[in-house]
Amino acid sequence: MTATSTPTPVLQARGLVKRYGHVTAIDGADFDLLPGEVLAVIGDNGAGKTSLIKALTGAVIPDAGEIRLNGKPITFSGPQSARAHGIETVYQDLAVAASMDIASNMFLGRELRRPGVLGSAFRMLDKKRMRQEAAEHMADLKIGLRSLTQSVETLSGGQRQAVAVARAVAWANSVVVMDEPTAALGVKESGQVLDLIRRVRDKGMPVVLISHNMPHVFEIADRIHVHRLGRRAAVIKPSDYSMAEVVAIMTGALTVDEAGGTVVADSEAAKAAGVQAN
Amino acid sequence: MSRTSRLPVSLLRVAACTGVAALTLTACGSGSGSSSTSAGSGSIKVGLITKTDTNPFFVKMKEGAEKAAKADGAQLVTAAGKFDGDNAGQVTAIENMVASGVKGILITPSDSKAIVPAIAKARAKGVLVIALDTPTEPQSAVDALFATNNLNAGKLIGQYAKAAMKGKTAKIATLDLAPGVSVGVQRHNGFLQGFGATDKDVACAQDTGGDQAKGQTAMENCLQKAPGINLVYTINEPAALGAYTALKAKGREKDVLIVSVDGGCTGTQAVKDGKIAATSQQYPLKMASQGVQAVVDYAKSGKKASGYTDTGVNLITDKAQAGVTSKDTAFGLQNCWG
Amino acid sequence: MTATTTPPGTSSPYAELKAPGVARRLLTAPTTGPLAALLLACAFFSLSTDQFLTGGNFSLIVQQVMVVGTLAIGQTLIILTAGIDLSCGAVMAFGSIMIAKMAAQGTLPPLLAIALGIAVCGGFGLVNGLLVQKIPLPPFIVTLGMLNVAFALTHIYSAEQTVTNLPGPLTALGETFPLGHTDITYGSLVTIALFLLLAYALSNTGWGRHVYALGNSQEAARLNGIRTSRLTIGIYTVAGLLYGIAALLLISRTGVGDPQAGQTDNLDSITAVVLGGTSLFGGRGSVLGTFIGVLIVGVFRNGLQLMGVASIYQTLITGVLVILAVTVDQISRKKAR
Repeated sequence: MTATSTPTPVLQARGLVKRYGHVTAIDGADFDLLPGEVLAVIGDNGAGKTSLIKALTGAVIPDAGEIRLNGKPITFSGPQSARAHGIETVYQDLAVAASMDIASNMFLGRELRRPGVLGSAFRMLDKKRMRQEAAEHMADLKIGLRSLTQSVETLSGGQRQAVAVARAVAWANSVVVMDEPTAALGVKESGQVLDLIRRVRDKGMPVVLISHNMPHVFEIADRIHVHRLGRRAAVIKPSDYSMAEVVAIMTGALTVDEAGGTVVADSEAAKAAGVQAN
Repeated sequence: MSRTSRLPVSLLRVAACTGVAALTLTACGSGSGSSSTSAGSGSIKVGLITKTDTNPFFVKMKEGAEKAAKADGAQLVTAAGKFDGDNAGQVTAIENMVASGVKGILITPSDSKAIVPAIAKARAKGVLVIALDTPTEPQSAVDALFATNNLNAGKLIGQYAKAAMKGKTAKIATLDLAPGVSVGVQRHNGFLQGFGATDKDVACAQDTGGDQAKGQTAMENCLQKAPGINLVYTINEPAALGAYTALKAKGREKDVLIVSVDGGCTGTQAVKDGKIAATSQQYPLKMASQGVQAVVDYAKSGKKASGYTDTGVNLITDKAQAGVTSKDTAFGLQNCWG
Repeated sequence: MTATTTPPGTSSPYAELKAPGVARRLLTAPTTGPLAALLLACAFFSLSTDQFLTGGNFSLIVQQVMVVGTLAIGQTLIILTAGIDLSCGAVMAFGSIMIAKMAAQGTLPPLLAIALGIAVCGGFGLVNGLLVQKIPLPPFIVTLGMLNVAFALTHIYSAEQTVTNLPGPLTALGETFPLGHTDITYGSLVTIALFLLLAYALSNTGWGRHVYALGNSQEAARLNGIRTSRLTIGIYTVAGLLYGIAALLLISRTGVGDPQAGQTDNLDSITAVVLGGTSLFGGRGSVLGTFIGVLIVGVFRNGLQLMGVASIYQTLITGVLVILAVTVDQISRKKAR
């Protein structure tokens, strides 16, 4: 897709490579995340999207290639350094401490201490301030929960998801990555989480959304990054393609040419999927 | 909203509990005063602390104490350590009994040295402390000791063994208790003295902890080391029975003479059945009842028991030997414990 | 964190921004059950025998539980991270023999002997922590092995001999001072102070929160930037130091260095922790609960003793209580979901 005046991508990667012995997990992959967008990353199992995301969030150090954050080249030494640069991840299993309350979870690992001697010598926590700030962040994202002091395990799946999202958003400065946020949720709660993601984007925070759920992807994504065989197969707008076509691109039955049209790559698979080139 | 700095709730809870505890201590303290050893309600309280609750020797001791207490119109409170060697448990028991107002404590010390400070504290509060069966180290740490003369007990079976072997060369194995425990050391030495031998003549010596399974293992190991063993001294009858099982497995039970100490009913039966040749019978019942009597006397007249009282020992065997006084198993079974 | 403020006039959807009141917290706290059990037990024994409810008797109970209590603090920390320590009593025994022997034989001045003994116990804890974290190995296995190692080392080093004639500073904590109409040992104060210190650390510092998070989910803790490796090793080491302090308290209480000590304390400390409402699966519980649990055991032992009930029933009752406590824990966890 030719771009004339695209804004500087918030997070960008070119030619990333990662090998584990004989296995090439990332095979010269590119990546672009534009400001203020929801970018869905889809790919079949084994396509390598998890490895790509890990490289972008510092969990994996690539063997070759370049990553840029807001235009500046950057290398991550580990997941903590990615967080230090404002890239926050909402993991699939949420990474919350179940028996602790919402405010404690929001500040987990980054607790606030009381000012003065109480905080420095006695290392006393400023629980009041943490509760207040947690409440503000939840309110900001219009997450409706009656009490902040109940433990996270008493919340429903969707509410727990919301807490994890609010935590990531509260700490993130550049990017929020969400790994399969609706995978474990029912219809109603998925809808609530998708609304939440929209609000995050509307606040100006770009979101990378990894998902297997096509309808959800189509509902919320501004663009879709299709990952296949360790590299980016295509990055397209959901409005330009049908769901079946996108799935076909994911499986390799169709490929996307320069002009944005689709080309049948595997006629058998395409026929089976019920798609044709256009 | 007022900005008074509030202590974290959990700290509040902790402080409250500590405060309640402290208040209780002071308030209740002013009420009934600190621990007293008054006989108060009229009946004399006697405490009995054994090594464990489970060894039949101590169970019999407890029975004897209960009977004597009833006869004297006294109240018996009992306690025991959790395992043989549990000194801390016995220390706690002493403290609790003193707090509950006992006039005297009878104790079979698990650790003869370690229990001494706790006993001293009890005696300082005017409680009579008598050791049963096992002396303290030093013996003077208690007011009195009622026990078997373990050296004598060993001597008797040593003399018996000498007579029974009738001049045959003896290859001796000793199945002992545990290093450093006085009861075991005394019996072992007594046996050698009575037999007329020294430790140099012992072909194999192993520890058993007084346990049957360990006695069997010890005997097996000794037979491996010195296959010609024909005389076995055992610390007690469970160890002896273990030794017998090991010997029987090798078909040697008829050629080996086993002697033991204790005189428990199971052990005396084993003598009758021919598994053990002879055993020195001791009388825990006597230790206990004499102990209770001593405490009652102290409570009534203020006279403290003192020194060492030998509660006696009898050699039990059905194959009497000339020159060694013994009683038969009928007598043994009548007077046995357990 | 980008701080945003809710503009004035906008109502927060939250019913409460501050913590619920003291009364509400007390009612729902996990220690309420154990506390109720303790008070019930005290009430029962007060009615059954009139020597129970005296200041002197309570002072006695606290003294009797201070050794296991100190062990149980360390055990609480470890169990909160879903671990367990089967070696605490054995490590304490080794520490007590080391302190007693070095001081009694004059190898070191008493205070240095004490410091070295405590440090060595901390060393045992450090080894436990390293094995659990670095290999990694299940805590049950590691501490089971360490139990045997410490036990054997204690018997070898002491040559089965009880150490007596200890110099003054070693038994100093056994000295008492009057409070009201009763006497308290300095050692009891040490135990109480340690409870307060760790209670504060667990509930009011970031470290404490990290301990709970680690117990909830090691993965979650790690993903949130908590240095789980350091934290785990640190916890086992702190526990070891606490076992060393327990060794000193034991010496001050009994007046001797006893190689046989502590054999049942391994399980007793776990019992106290469980009775106090801490979950064996980690992430839930408190040091205050353990204090209550320790008192429950002490009150039962003392009360039954005063009533003249044979020791073996204490064991029976303790066993029943433990099963009850774990059952309650499981049921409340299910309800929470």
